[in-house]
Amino acid sequence: MTVRAPPYVIVGSGIAALSAAEALRERLPQAAIAMISEEPHDFYSRPGLAYVLRGDFPEKRLFVRTPKDLRDLNVERITARVDRLQCEQNELVLANGQRVRYACLLLATGALAVPPTFPGHDLVGVVKLDGLDDTRHIIALAKRGKSAVVIGGGITALELVEGLGARGLKVHYFLRGDRYWGDVLDEAESSLVMDRLRHEGVVIHTKTQVAQALGAGGKLTGVKTQAGAHIPCQVLAVAIGVRPRADLARQAGLKVEKGVLVNQFLQTSVPNVYAAGDVAEVFDPRSGTTTLDVLWPTALAQGKVAGANMAGERRPYSKGVAFNVTMLTGLKVAIIGAVGGGKNDDLVAIMRGESESWRLLPKSWVISDRDDANRVRLLVGERRLVGALVMGDQSWSRPLQRLIVGQADITPIRPALLESGMASLTQLAAFYQQWERSQTPDIPSGLSRSS
Amino acid sequence: MFDWLFGSKPACDQPSTATSAAARPPWAALSLESRHEVLSEAQVVPEAANCVQCGCCTYNCPMGIDVRAHAWRGLPVRDSHCLTCSECVKRCPRGVLRFERIPLLTRK
Repeated sequence: MTVRAPPYVIVGSGIAALSAAEALRERLPQAAIAMISEEPHDFYSRPGLAYVLRGDFPEKRLFVRTPKDLRDLNVERITARVDRLQCEQNELVLANGQRVRYACLLLATGALAVPPTFPGHDLVGVVKLDGLDDTRHIIALAKRGKSAVVIGGGITALELVEGLGARGLKVHYFLRGDRYWGDVLDEAESSLVMDRLRHEGVVIHTKTQVAQALGAGGKLTGVKTQAGAHIPCQVLAVAIGVRPRADLARQAGLKVEKGVLVNQFLQTSVPNVYAAGDVAEVFDPRSGTTTLDVLWPTALAQGKVAGANMAGERRPYSKGVAFNVTMLTGLKVAIIGAVGGGKNDDLVAIMRGESESWRLLPKSWVISDRDDANRVRLLVGERRLVGALVMGDQSWSRPLQRLIVGQADITPIRPALLESGMASLTQLAAFYQQWERSQTPDIPSGLSRSS
Repeated sequence: MFDWLFGSKPACDQPSTATSAAARPPWAALSLESRHEVLSEAQVVPEAANCVQCGCCTYNCPMGIDVRAHAWRGLPVRDSHCLTCSECVKRCPRGVLRFERIPLLTRK
């Protein structure tokens, strides 16, 4: 049964889908736009789930558009799972058998947590944090539970540790390796986060893996580690990485690697099918490589470009410097550009809130500041800064982002930076202020005084 | 002394050492030196690209201003009800909001 033929169809309902719909609507006020996803809820902020889990604010605040915004957007929402994509017929087949035809399609199906495989992974109490329903489920479990085990080594794992801790559970945090988030943080930064967790009462078990989840009557009662230890718990939260939901594209014969491969216009190997957000692996003609980002701001930016191109424009998506600010144990941490290259034993796939490009490590010299919780780490390349990590006080975050994104030529101060490390940051500050003035001669920089 | 302004206070009460010149560059000290200046001359300005629209700012605004709506549009909070109390600036988990001197030409 063919229901209708809206020319523009979006699969997914995350931020890439929403921003694409808004970009389309802005350009085509009369067009029929349909959005299909299994998500029963209105658009909400996925990164905000961590703060709801922690109890910072109520769930209703997560919804990012008012009812009026949604009326103005005028998108037909279809709550259903898409089973098949048939590109030759320009048609989607839904789980209930309905067929939806399109003239132009966007795949914005996002990424989902990699499921655990240990015995007992299907017990009630083994959880992940993908969406709002997961968050509700964890909050409900936490009300009845006394202790929890969290496994995984990234932002989501830490959000689960902090959220469950804030809800009064005794949290055991399992790390496969010997430190937290080893491919992005340096040793000092990892220990800082781990010390702060311990201070909050979290028990960190390094070099520890789950052998089995134990249960009774279908419910989780504890875990057994590979070393044979038994830890009773009612919640076992797993955040070992996410995988792009690319099955639909793969089955349809689109080119797929880790994600759905798209060109710089975010077109897949079939020209009237686009992909954006966590599911898209974007080709960059300048570097000749493809990158997968699981970052909210990237998904938003890609959605905008995909929407514009679906409406007939020809806008290239230009990948900027990957940037994210996140809260780790109450410390703001800004990660800009390439900062890593280390190993992370705790991930089997890319993590939510992460960019593959962070793990690159071009030839660079690392200088870092040691000042308790406030840290700045710079990766100094041949002529430019290639990356930075700012932890705690964020005064340096925006200037460093500007310098890295703007590819400022730091040749004049590079010898000083390499010679005297952080002592020369005073010089970098002076350099930045001068550079900023040369960028925008008429507007005083945001943080500097316009004297 | 700027903790109330920049919201960098650690969530747990661990001992913290003094902030070095490196972590606190000169413009941090040069911008908006006193609470009085913030009250009289500052507005809340978002860095739209970093906002994840979680709504923490709107939730914590004592005046009920929809700060998030400003943030995702990249607009400064020009609402006359804004007290510049710094609740949103402090609580934004992504460091999106900051105080900035209101440009002279637009000051009413």
